[in-house]
Amino acid sequence: MSHGTGGENTAGPLLEVAGLTVRLAVRGVRRAVLRDVGLTVRPGEALGLVGESGSGKSMTARAIDRLLPRGAEVTGTIRFGGRDIGALGGAELRGYRSHVAMIFQDPRAHVNPVRRIGDFMTEALRTNLGVTGAEAQRRATDMLAQVGVGGGPARLRQYPHELSGGMLQRVMIAAALLTEPQLLLADEPTTALDVTTQAEVVAILAELRRDFGLAMVFITHDLELAAAICDRTAVMYAGQIVEVAASARLHDDPLHPYTAALAAARPDITATRPRLRAIPGRPLSAFEAPPAECAFAPRCAHARDECRAAVPDLVTLDGGLSRCARAAELRGRLGEEADADA
Amino acid sequence: MTASALVPVEPARRRLGLLRETGPAGLISAAVIAAATVVAVFGPLLAPDDPDLPNLSLAFVGPITGHLLGFDFQGRDLLSRLLAGGQSSMLGPLAVVILAMVTGSVLAVTAAWRRGATDAVISSGLDILFAFPGILLAVLATTVFGAGLPAASAALAVAYMPYVARVLRGAALKERSQPYVAALEVQGASAASICLRHLLPNMAPIIVAQATIMFGYAMVDLAAISFLGLGVQPPAPNWGVMISENQAGILQGYPLPALAAGACIVAVVIAFNVLGERLFERAQAARG
Amino acid sequence: MPDTTAPVPGTAALAAGTAAPVLEVTGLRKEFGELVAVDEVSFRVPASRSLAIVGESGSGKTTIARMIVGLERPTGGAISACGEDRSRPARSARDRRRRGRQVQIVFQDPYTSLDPRHTALDTIDEVLRLHHGWPADRRRARITELTGLVGLDERQSRALPRALSGGQRQRVAIARALAAEPQLLILDESVAALDVSIQAQVLNLLADIRDETGVSYVLISHDLAVVRQLADETIVLRNGQVVEHGPTGQVLDDPRHPYTQRLRASVPAPGWTPSRRLAAGAASAEPPPGTELPSAAAPAGADQEDSPRE
Repeated sequence: MSHGTGGENTAGPLLEVAGLTVRLAVRGVRRAVLRDVGLTVRPGEALGLVGESGSGKSMTARAIDRLLPRGAEVTGTIRFGGRDIGALGGAELRGYRSHVAMIFQDPRAHVNPVRRIGDFMTEALRTNLGVTGAEAQRRATDMLAQVGVGGGPARLRQYPHELSGGMLQRVMIAAALLTEPQLLLADEPTTALDVTTQAEVVAILAELRRDFGLAMVFITHDLELAAAICDRTAVMYAGQIVEVAASARLHDDPLHPYTAALAAARPDITATRPRLRAIPGRPLSAFEAPPAECAFAPRCAHARDECRAAVPDLVTLDGGLSRCARAAELRGRLGEEADADA
Repeated sequence: MTASALVPVEPARRRLGLLRETGPAGLISAAVIAAATVVAVFGPLLAPDDPDLPNLSLAFVGPITGHLLGFDFQGRDLLSRLLAGGQSSMLGPLAVVILAMVTGSVLAVTAAWRRGATDAVISSGLDILFAFPGILLAVLATTVFGAGLPAASAALAVAYMPYVARVLRGAALKERSQPYVAALEVQGASAASICLRHLLPNMAPIIVAQATIMFGYAMVDLAAISFLGLGVQPPAPNWGVMISENQAGILQGYPLPALAAGACIVAVVIAFNVLGERLFERAQAARG
Repeated sequence: MPDTTAPVPGTAALAAGTAAPVLEVTGLRKEFGELVAVDEVSFRVPASRSLAIVGESGSGKTTIARMIVGLERPTGGAISACGEDRSRPARSARDRRRRGRQVQIVFQDPYTSLDPRHTALDTIDEVLRLHHGWPADRRRARITELTGLVGLDERQSRALPRALSGGQRQRVAIARALAAEPQLLILDESVAALDVSIQAQVLNLLADIRDETGVSYVLISHDLAVVRQLADETIVLRNGQVVEHGPTGQVLDDPRHPYTQRLRASVPAPGWTPSRRLAAGAASAEPPPGTELPSAAAPAGADQEDSPRE
């Protein structure tokens, strides 16, 4: 099911995830880390994926990029451009990876420290697009300039440790975009960066998206950040999607109590509150959540008996989705509480 | 606002669980080591016959009823001799390990805690010691101080100590740079109490692993020393000495005495090595 | 509710009004070889007030915190806490302990700031034994007070850190710091690694503790919203220098210095559109290849840009 923010896109969704359930062996016991996750991304669209620890947001991105650890049990479908990517192998899988690029929170953990930047940047060009030598170097240098990393060919000869975190992250973005992917998966790419650097990186991403028509899934724990840069935002809790809505509305008119509580828990930069509206308890992982009730019920101020009777389904509400048994009932009231002071 | 535990707190793991995680090889090794320890402690009591009573008419006689492994080159009951020999064969390496580990730990922790000039001096000193191969040092020591386990063991401890210190220094540096150590420093806790109560216990897995591996090496080296006649002196029972004493039998067609002694050494050394390596791997994995 | 008959640190300062500042830093300077990490920084923290030190990586904020608690030695300038000079390292164990009773610190990473082999009870008990010669039952009573104050229940107090969440571990770290009854608590990005919902709990807790004990805070943070919530005054650091100083509301609502304005403008909010190169040149200029970067040259004591979250 795709939900529009207004654009009538006659082309089908670029990425379609449905019923994604992932089980991993955690300390020898097989446990669910994702439960029935579904989302769609249209070409050129930016989808924010927001959640706290254990929400499953990183795991979802990894599932999409087929980077799950060995032994992971995956059910459900992931379709990219209409094709089921679970069935891909070998060369097809490499081809897929040139269409879907991923960047991570800590670039240093995903880069070989003994290889020069130019080497790993041009590697994907060489293997997937058959572009070599001077042409590959030229494209790499051009892309680096686009992300604001100057220095020309000399920059390509540098090693990762010679760059600061912010610059290396920009290099990773450039490397990811060299194969002209259609979808960028960004897993907390700015969390470890200074706020000014974050602003620049985010601006670069926005520009590049416009220039290349790139779709993006932007994973973050920061609701305000996702709301500011993504067209739509999905909120995850305990391995499930609990809300999907247009970003502009998420803060003022949330459809799920967790989204409202998350927004309300943040301190306000414009005013000191007498007390923050903290959510009691702590965020759960999918395998910690009780199997037959709403995962958020124990911490929810609006929980009633019906919430503990079964896992709520995702219901459509005013152009958004909410996994709340009382969504219709609470419609319009969650935003007020989010803004009201304690 | 209490962060009430919605998730039950994990129960502490038990000691045996640690052993179980080293796999079947680890368990077998532990069993062998346990058996060897029993022999080391109770050996002479367990011996069915007098290990020191020669009877040349029985020299190199094979297994017969009442004498499971037969007799050695002097007609002494082989099984009894092996059991009695366990003591000196295990005690020597134990002394080496204790000496090397204690001095190595102290130097490693001091170097890691003080860093700077102290670390540079200690590390340079260790580098010099690295140049001395264990057995050579032991031979030298026995020449100067007289043959026997004490001199040989002390010399081996000196030779092994730098290896211990180097590995432990790395582990100590890592612990020392953790914020919890800084928090204790800010509290005003003394360096000694932080090192004893926090640094060393957190290095325990790697210390135990090192000690276990070292025991095997010490055993081989000391057996070699005794084989050369510079360690335990005959007629005292000792597995290394027994290989030497009975080697003539191999050529004469009576390999059992020498080989049995050798097999004991090999079994115990392998057991210590295997268990030690497994523990080491686990220690590394746990630290991430 | 904590026992109100227990000694309440800071009451002497409260009673004396705004007598001596609990912390006074004058012309503080720290050099790491060629690099000047902290350059002539001065500020003071009145008793029972909270100051935030805001800055990005390389600003020197963590170095200042480390110098205040004695983990780093100043190259120049003076630091005085609770009326006593601490610009030079403590001479004796007794001095070190006394300084520990004046200023304490809570670090950023809940996963490495506790000894993995000690429970909360052990940890707090060790601090109590260090500072007081109390018998076991008195210590136990005080431990119960402290764990109650930070919101840890019986089971959590007896658990090892690996069984506790990030937020719970930070509570233990806070209890440990408070066990010394300091007049000043340095919070070095203490909530930065916590989930949003947990962060709110801990911020409320810190405010409650301040109300009950009168302790002062020096809050090191890159998160301006957290600063707004907890600090009365704010100083903004850039490359080791103070570029702005004033009441928090004023610094955040009406920043005077261009750098502060840029910081403020970089905070995501509804309707925010990030623009590239907000300030011409300045920090967005990348050094050409071959140039030594300040953050690469600074040793472990200085700020690290890639601090992991969660």
